[in-house]
Amino acid sequence: MSFPVLPVILLAPVAAAVVLLFIPKEEHRLIKSVAALGTFVSLFLTLVIYFNYNQDVGGLQFVTQRDWIKDLGVTLFFAVDGISLPMVLLTNLIGFCAIFASWNISNRPREFFILLLILITGVMGTFIAHDLFIFLLFYEVVVIPIYIMVVIWGSSKRVTKEYAGMKLTIYLLIGSGFLLVGVIALFVKSVGVLGAPDMSFSALAEAGAQLSNFDQIWLFALMLFGFGSLISMWPFHSWSPDGYAGAPTAVSMIHAGVLKKIGGYGLIKIAVVMLPLGAQFWAPWMAVLGIAGVAYAAFGALAQKDLKYVVGYSSVSHMGYVIIAVACLDVIGLNGAVANMFAHGIMAALFFSMIGFLYEKTHTRWMPDMGGLGRQTPKLAAGFMLAALASLGLPGLVTFVPEFTIFVGIFSKYGGLAVIGIAGIIITALYALRAGAHTLFGPPRPEYDHLEDIKGPELVPLVVLGFVLVVGGVLPSLLFDMINSGVVPLHAEISNVLQLGGNL
Amino acid sequence: MPFDASSLSLITVEILTAALGLAVLVLGVIAPGRGRYGLAGVTVLGLIGITGVAISNWGANGSLISGMYLVDNYAAFWKITFLVSAALVVLGSMRYVDNLGSTQKEYYGILTLATLGMMVMASAGDFITLYMGLELMTISFVILVCLPSTNPRPVEAGIKYILLAGMSSAVLLYGLSLIYGLTGEIKIYEVARAVASGDVSPALILGTVLLVAGLGFKISAVPFHMWSPDVYEGAPTPITAFLAVGSKAASFALVIRIFIGALPGIWQHWALVVAILSAVTIIVGNLVAIPQDNIKRLLAYSSIAQAGYIMVGLVTATEAGVKGIMFYVFLYIFATVGAFTVAGYFYNKTGSDKIKDYAGLSQRSPLMAAVMLVSMLSMAGIPPLAGFVGKFYLFSTIVSDYLWLAFVGLIMSMVSVYYYLRVALVMYRDEPNDPSPIKLTSPVAITLIVTLVATLFIGISPGPLSEVINSAAHSFFIQ
Repeated sequence: MSFPVLPVILLAPVAAAVVLLFIPKEEHRLIKSVAALGTFVSLFLTLVIYFNYNQDVGGLQFVTQRDWIKDLGVTLFFAVDGISLPMVLLTNLIGFCAIFASWNISNRPREFFILLLILITGVMGTFIAHDLFIFLLFYEVVVIPIYIMVVIWGSSKRVTKEYAGMKLTIYLLIGSGFLLVGVIALFVKSVGVLGAPDMSFSALAEAGAQLSNFDQIWLFALMLFGFGSLISMWPFHSWSPDGYAGAPTAVSMIHAGVLKKIGGYGLIKIAVVMLPLGAQFWAPWMAVLGIAGVAYAAFGALAQKDLKYVVGYSSVSHMGYVIIAVACLDVIGLNGAVANMFAHGIMAALFFSMIGFLYEKTHTRWMPDMGGLGRQTPKLAAGFMLAALASLGLPGLVTFVPEFTIFVGIFSKYGGLAVIGIAGIIITALYALRAGAHTLFGPPRPEYDHLEDIKGPELVPLVVLGFVLVVGGVLPSLLFDMINSGVVPLHAEISNVLQLGGNL
Repeated sequence: MPFDASSLSLITVEILTAALGLAVLVLGVIAPGRGRYGLAGVTVLGLIGITGVAISNWGANGSLISGMYLVDNYAAFWKITFLVSAALVVLGSMRYVDNLGSTQKEYYGILTLATLGMMVMASAGDFITLYMGLELMTISFVILVCLPSTNPRPVEAGIKYILLAGMSSAVLLYGLSLIYGLTGEIKIYEVARAVASGDVSPALILGTVLLVAGLGFKISAVPFHMWSPDVYEGAPTPITAFLAVGSKAASFALVIRIFIGALPGIWQHWALVVAILSAVTIIVGNLVAIPQDNIKRLLAYSSIAQAGYIMVGLVTATEAGVKGIMFYVFLYIFATVGAFTVAGYFYNKTGSDKIKDYAGLSQRSPLMAAVMLVSMLSMAGIPPLAGFVGKFYLFSTIVSDYLWLAFVGLIMSMVSVYYYLRVALVMYRDEPNDPSPIKLTSPVAITLIVTLVATLFIGISPGPLSEVINSAAHSFFIQ
């Protein structure tokens, strides 16, 4: 048996969290260093497997498999393919940076970093699990640490942090309640089809595809609601701006960066693959909801004066593109969806970390109270601007190619909607540049003259995420070849079923 | 059949439990003043030893006294469940009982006898035996509830309990006698045969309805739940815990014997009623828990909701359902004992049951706060805790025929997170009014750690337990 690299990647943050339990709570620097080390191990190993993944062979690699619960057919099945590996990489990039973005936490840091490490593990687990039960296990693990972190370390501005935390939690849990009904029903039906319980993705895909049109449609609706509310699909998005605004920086980074991507990932790898006929039925609706989200949230972002709300709405808007792209149900669309999730994750995490530092230093996120910070804090301003430009999809940054791919995909399927979608880019440019202009440019304000620029550990998010933004933009094949190697077989599977059903 | 002394070995566990209960009562009288502190130790060790015997007797199969008393894996599993919960309750309440002064001997002795009553309920092969077990348990509980007799509140709770328990027993007996009258049989599996082959008369339906009502009281299903928040709040907290786990578990053992054992022939007549009661119980329990500001009342309503989830397993009257019930009850024990032990110990130290006084508990005693949080989240069914697997088993039995019930159950369990998290909020966010750390005595600490580890372990690795329960549930259907 080869080295179980995925379990090690998964458990390195847990190991760090366990070590933290035994460090005296006054040792702030040591606590942060241990947390950083744990996430660094995961990040490093993820990079190793990312570049060692054999794209010509494709499929699931680095497999670790063990029987777990026999009478439910659950196996502890960890593996990665071309879709999940970019997501794991994203998780670890952001997880590592989130530790440094929280470097200045001085209120109960030990608890904070333990919860943060559990959160990172939970998110990572959903991307490497290829068993639906284990997926759900990790999916809901993340909810409670987030709640506790928001209510203790969050900030109350427009809404109190208690309200924000509860809203975040209840939305996600209600969504997952519907999802759970769908999953249990799919599982019970699959036992009828397969003759034995088996919760692995592949078995459920085989069974799900054989279900009747009607079953697939209502099961897909449940999953669409569950995953859709996680990816902040309009109209189930309202937790997202409030939640991000209330959350501490690291939680906003992880939540906007990777956690809500679990929704898109689940839609593709679970809902669409297991219930292709259902996906086909709901695809036009998804496209409409997606485009509504794009347009609505872009205008929403335009109206905000609080920086975190701007980015909060902007992430709803960007996720709208992902939903339309999934609704295309073709290779280009799915490629664009996965790539856009990766690109947006990097961009949103950088944005939130920069806003976090700005808020720490100026004690405000209110745009009219800022201005000219480009002079006083040039590095911070550079990071902020980089994120803003990535948000509007500047060519040369990682976000450009995915957006372009998505537009190509939706133009052929939903021509009319594509026009609205592309118009959304203009609004995005408007609010992203406006946010930059209001905070960074204009005459410097004397009250901010004493501000120190980000330095030392604070630079890590800017350097790491900025590097990925640029490299991903210049060498998009690094990302796209990987994703394509996962999407092509997946799409072949779906179109097989759809053709058998005579619907394509 | 003449009485066969060799068959006594089948009931070693019951005999030992009876002996332990009586021995503790006697020891309490003859032991000198300080010696009574040893009683708790004797009881715990005795219960653990008996649990060991019960485990080693696993697989024994037979019946005594012409089928009045059944010994199978089904009953054996329930007995282990009762013994484990009794041991945990005694261990967690050692310090609490010191305040009871000279009545300690009654506390430990009668608690053991209540456990014996539960065992008889689980093994009962006919209506008379099961009623005997039920009354042994109920009367023991009445005494336990009003044990701190100098305080008016427990006495009030005790009176409430005895009145309502008596009334529900009467309703139950009426139902049982109607069924006896119609079938002429008193043994559970003979009744099943008679019911399955005979006509469905209105009187039989009336009998079944009375059984639903009578047993509904015992498991505190809505609308028969009114007694439980008052009694739970008034009783000494460890007894509340034992009522919530032991009494409820034993009642479910009984419910399964009666409904799935004796009345599967008219399953289609009671299934929908049980499904509706279960939905109402889940909804009312969870919604009424939301505004509570007393931790014991909150836990009382939450345990009503838990009973609703467990009833889901009855609806299909299948092996999978019975398995779901047994699995859920077993994990529910750890969650509930954990939460109540924290509440009891907290009351002991601070004299308060108010949720707002739990402020900053995570700083005063990280273990207590963690156990409370984990127990509550397990009840809410958040993975990787045991409750998630339990709900998965329960709801997978009904999802194809009673989809609406699966929706009610799973959505309401997400709603329940709302009030559980309110407690978490107070414990973790707020600064304590009195920052002094709460020191745990070692028995309490052991109880808390056992419940915490069990809740996590069953959640992460449910495989082994699930296989044991499969065999227990299977033995129920091969009579």
